[in-house]
Amino acid sequence: MDTFKKIFVKSSVGIPLAAIVLGLLFGAIVMLAGGYDPILAYTSLVQMLFGSPYDIGEAIRAITPLIFTGLAVAFAFRTGLFNIGVEGQFMMGMTGATLVGVGLELPWYLHAPLAVITGALFGGIWAGIAGYLKAKRGVNEVISSIMLNWIALFLSNFIVAKFLVQQGQQKTPDVHDSARLSMDWLVGLMGNARMHWGTFVAIICVVVFYVLLWRTKQGFELRAVGHNPDAALYAGMNVKGTLVKSMFISGIFAGLGGVFEILGVFGYQTVMAATWGYGFDGIAVALLGGNTPVGVLLGAILFGGLSYGSAGMNFGADVPQEIVRIVIGSVIFFVASHGIVKFFLKPFLSKRAEKRKEAV
Amino acid sequence: MNVIEVLGQLLNITLVFSTALIFAALGGLFSERSGVVNIGLEGLMVSGAFAAAVVTDYAIQAGLEQSAPWIGLMAAAIYGVIFSLLHAVATITFRSDQTVVGVVINILALGLAIYLTRSLYNDSGQTTMLDFVFQKWAIPGLSSIPIIGNGLFNSYPTTYIALILAGISYFVLFRTPFGLRLRAVGEHPSSADTVGINVTKYRYIGVMLSGALAGLGGATITLTTTSSFAHNTISGQGFIALAALIFGKWNPLGVVGAAMFFGFAQALRNFAQLFEFSKQIPAEFYYMLPYVLTLVVLAGGIGRSNAPAALGEPYDPARR
Repeated sequence: MDTFKKIFVKSSVGIPLAAIVLGLLFGAIVMLAGGYDPILAYTSLVQMLFGSPYDIGEAIRAITPLIFTGLAVAFAFRTGLFNIGVEGQFMMGMTGATLVGVGLELPWYLHAPLAVITGALFGGIWAGIAGYLKAKRGVNEVISSIMLNWIALFLSNFIVAKFLVQQGQQKTPDVHDSARLSMDWLVGLMGNARMHWGTFVAIICVVVFYVLLWRTKQGFELRAVGHNPDAALYAGMNVKGTLVKSMFISGIFAGLGGVFEILGVFGYQTVMAATWGYGFDGIAVALLGGNTPVGVLLGAILFGGLSYGSAGMNFGADVPQEIVRIVIGSVIFFVASHGIVKFFLKPFLSKRAEKRKEAV
Repeated sequence: MNVIEVLGQLLNITLVFSTALIFAALGGLFSERSGVVNIGLEGLMVSGAFAAAVVTDYAIQAGLEQSAPWIGLMAAAIYGVIFSLLHAVATITFRSDQTVVGVVINILALGLAIYLTRSLYNDSGQTTMLDFVFQKWAIPGLSSIPIIGNGLFNSYPTTYIALILAGISYFVLFRTPFGLRLRAVGEHPSSADTVGINVTKYRYIGVMLSGALAGLGGATITLTTTSSFAHNTISGQGFIALAALIFGKWNPLGVVGAAMFFGFAQALRNFAQLFEFSKQIPAEFYYMLPYVLTLVVLAGGIGRSNAPAALGEPYDPARR
């Protein structure tokens, strides 16, 4: 019982777990209220997720971009910046990769790396603009990156429509094979699920995130500025430069996410009517993961897994698949407001503790 | 069309696009003036748009006709308040991170709205098209003035309400004891507490007002522009309202100006398609224009150091 109590009341590792349970419970209540069968719905979700090699592969495909965008948001958070512009940086990454992938013809050992680097830089520079405006002009990075999201959408559409799209079409020609990064041998194994190298790069990025922030001098500076910019300035750190650097690195993570959607998954880019949502979902992933690298990885798996499996809830139990957004929203709510969780569990838990004392 | 007609029409469309932004940004204003960051404006607008669509639909089915949109409008405000209470309880009573809770509101509001839409409308992601929505009101006499007659006095009733509310907000914030206290709570909560102002109460009022007003903003879009609710009815207007709030320096009149600026840029892109010379410029550049201009203006130094001093900080009396 003590460990149980510790998990709910004290341990910070336990809070996300408790929040996930409460979130799923809340989702079940919403489903019951709507006249659906929550148990059938959750079993259908699990069946959808693990039903076939194809589904497992496609779930991994859905999880991969969330790892990138989650890392991007978390990295900026560590320096005290709220990068709500991951959405735009993701789109710039896509556009950069498409430009090189479709526009150039090179041998594969040059083409693919160049496309990846271009996309990553597009993302990094796009975020760097927000960082620069914050550092040099004092512009709130939340507002500037919201504006940059919209500009990225229309700029991407302009670039795609002007230079790449064939007459009368809404999508670009396919990326040359020399720049494609899908893993064809694994695609066959996984029943044609769209597997690609981005998943491995995402996991490498998780490690890079850790090493960069906790094992380098620069990482120390980034975190110091995040904790207390005044103290960092007093200690002789270049606070303004650090802000720009942090946003730039954050944008690289975001840009890479976009790169692999093009080079790994789709192979072409369309004229977009609206933003994709991976960037905003990245905020949720980073919050779920407590802005730690491993937490982001787990958060992305949870978020991506639930989102992919939600289609199964629709087939199997007729539940609108948006129920998953409600579950995810409430999980983050419970993570953020652990005060509320503790408040409701405390009387219940302390009563048990008292009983236990009496028994002793 | 001659120049006068064009200008009048441009002003008219500007107001149509600005109304929702004015409502939502005024909502954000009350919340942020009391010291609570409200990044959940987008979600609150979604809630309002959804509630307005559903309740108006039910009211029409119940036999109400011209008055149905008004009932939908009120329902939107109430539904917005309920949603904002979630924000208030989490951030004020339990001192959770305000930005995080705002993000949660955005996720939950959209998820719940579409979940309920699908449940209520046989798995369709869109509510039925409403037969009765707001019609433009021409104010007799005033509407025959050149340019501003058609531009200003031939608008939807919601536009008049938004503009009047902006005036009332200015008066309430800067000319009444209530406004002074609300601002005090946002600037320096511990001093406000010392002189006997109930910080919690004023912050709850601020956040709940933001829910009501953002709900009205969302309802405006349903009841004047789209006539139904779907997942893309509100696509980013809440964030633009947030920008308008900062751009307008947390002042109701500034907020109206900023909201009209965004509305104008949106209207301009519709107009640009009408003329030969402006057709030469790709449409994407018109779409980008409001956002680029905002960046330029912000980089030029507007919008700095005007935020309420205690914005984003939960108030903990124990740490006074």
